[in-house]
Amino acid sequence: MLTTLRDLLRYNVEFRIGAILVGLVAGMSALSLFSPYSPIDTFVVAPDMPPSLAHPFGTTSRGQDVFWHLTFAIRNTLAFGIVVALLSRILSLVIGLVSGYKGGWIDRVLMSINDTFIVIPLFPILVLFYFVLRDRMSWTTLAVIMALLGWAYDARLIRSLALSLRTREFTHTAVFSGMSTRQILAREHLPFVMPIVFATTMNNMNWSIGLEVTLSVLGFTDINSPTIGGMIYWANQHTALVAGVWWWLAFPVVSIIGLFIGLFLLAVSMNEHIDPRSRLRRLGSGGGS
Amino acid sequence: MRFYAKYFAQRLLQFLLVVFIGINLTYVITHATPIDPVEQSIAAVTSFGNTSPEAINMMRQSLRELYGLTGGPYEQYIAFWRRIAVADFGPSLSAFPTPVSTLIARALPWTIGLLATATLLTWLLGNLLGGLAGYYQDKASLKFLAVIAMGLHPVPYYIVAFVLLVMFGYLWPLLPIAGGYGMNIEQGLNPTFVLSVLKHSILPALSLMLVGLGGWFLGMRSLVSNIVSEDYVVYAELAGVDQRRILGSYVMRNALLPQVTGLALSLGAIFNGAIITEQVFGYPGVGSLLVSAVYAGDYGLVLGVATISIIGVSTAVLIIDLVYPLLDPRVRTA
Repeated sequence: MLTTLRDLLRYNVEFRIGAILVGLVAGMSALSLFSPYSPIDTFVVAPDMPPSLAHPFGTTSRGQDVFWHLTFAIRNTLAFGIVVALLSRILSLVIGLVSGYKGGWIDRVLMSINDTFIVIPLFPILVLFYFVLRDRMSWTTLAVIMALLGWAYDARLIRSLALSLRTREFTHTAVFSGMSTRQILAREHLPFVMPIVFATTMNNMNWSIGLEVTLSVLGFTDINSPTIGGMIYWANQHTALVAGVWWWLAFPVVSIIGLFIGLFLLAVSMNEHIDPRSRLRRLGSGGGS
Repeated sequence: MRFYAKYFAQRLLQFLLVVFIGINLTYVITHATPIDPVEQSIAAVTSFGNTSPEAINMMRQSLRELYGLTGGPYEQYIAFWRRIAVADFGPSLSAFPTPVSTLIARALPWTIGLLATATLLTWLLGNLLGGLAGYYQDKASLKFLAVIAMGLHPVPYYIVAFVLLVMFGYLWPLLPIAGGYGMNIEQGLNPTFVLSVLKHSILPALSLMLVGLGGWFLGMRSLVSNIVSEDYVVYAELAGVDQRRILGSYVMRNALLPQVTGLALSLGAIFNGAIITEQVFGYPGVGSLLVSAVYAGDYGLVLGVATISIIGVSTAVLIIDLVYPLLDPRVRTA
């Protein structure tokens, strides 16, 4: 694990940039622990102040310090992405492994449902959820809903790996030595798909955070808990750009773009690392192409 | 030919399944949640002023009938499907008494036009550039393009649209940033109107393309760079076949097939993006309709747009699936 990390940092520029970007954003979120202001309080500082030494990112029209508010917003947004990713990983792992290992009609049924969830446009469905739930649409509800809707793409990927694992020698050995299906999947197959699960986690976080930002920018989530989308929502509500309070929008937008590119680069470089052909090409040992 | 019939039947079944699960999802969301849309609509109306209890009761009754909330769960379920089959979502509350289906029919051409043009352009351009980048791996300009693609691809539609809006709306006001056509222009097939529509579609289409391009580019590049090392390509190169011909008819042709499947699979996500882009640029399509319906508390309209979106996207996917055999001879002749 540690050597893998070291190799990635040493040989992979994308991984290095991604790690730095994600590290910066995660560091910002950790700073929220030292914030002098509570994230829900408004008018604790003078409103509409441009960036200065006292307020490095300026202050909002609602009298919040942009820097400290942003630390809370990033923390919530990141936590949201992680929760959705973890929950949906469980679903896609179970469905992907079972579908690939069992094959036959179980595989066909599961993959038909799977393809359905890939194709269905989720945004109108999420909006419908918000429309019906309104004020009960909390942070956790949204995370659970997104996890229930966001497993399909990766389940298909995991299934394709499980398909090839099924015919491997050690699977036969395991079957003949009397291991149950659950044991085979959990002990024998799971370790093989873990690398790809890590890579998909990053992409899934990008997906869920992107949708969350979009929903909260439109005001379709719990806009009172600070998130990056929520910050943009309030800035738009106060027409920050027209009023010239550009720092209220610029810093959240820049940090979210940094997070997206960082996570994406991590996912790309991990995928490349998993594929031995491209890893060799990068290491420069010239082993095939 | 028999194989094609089987393929066709499979795709049709999948299409029906998507519509079935999607519509059931909307049914469950609107019927199984603890919140009653009728009571919500009534609360929205009564908050404006005092209304007599009798009037409220009458309204409650008629709204229940309108939304098909009378009778047992089984009857409600059947009624729900029957209304969808004839695309009857009742009158819109926010644009009373225009039927929801009329509002959607009015908005649909805008969305389809924008989405189809932008998606097709993005797909063609992304694959072409990606193919070139995978084949000529040492070209500096193509490497630079890859860096840009990697930077733009992961950013969600909203952020890109918003940044474009700020750039062209506030910093460098060059293009119209809101609406689908200019004010005070006679609608119809006259040059001023068409030009105005085109001009207004540039920014929404551009933001859709900027986000979409990277995915096709990166996907095609990795597909092509894998195919390039295949024996048949090496053989063709050694045999002195023209490079352009190798790239066009041997490499790209093969790599294109997974990209067509990819287009079918990502259509739902592209549609999500289009909805958001429309909202940002005030484009008069279903996306803007959906968002304003939520703000206005218009239950029938939200439900109608959600249902039509599901059916529309799955129909588009079906069309792509049915075109696929034309590109892949293995499906056609096997």
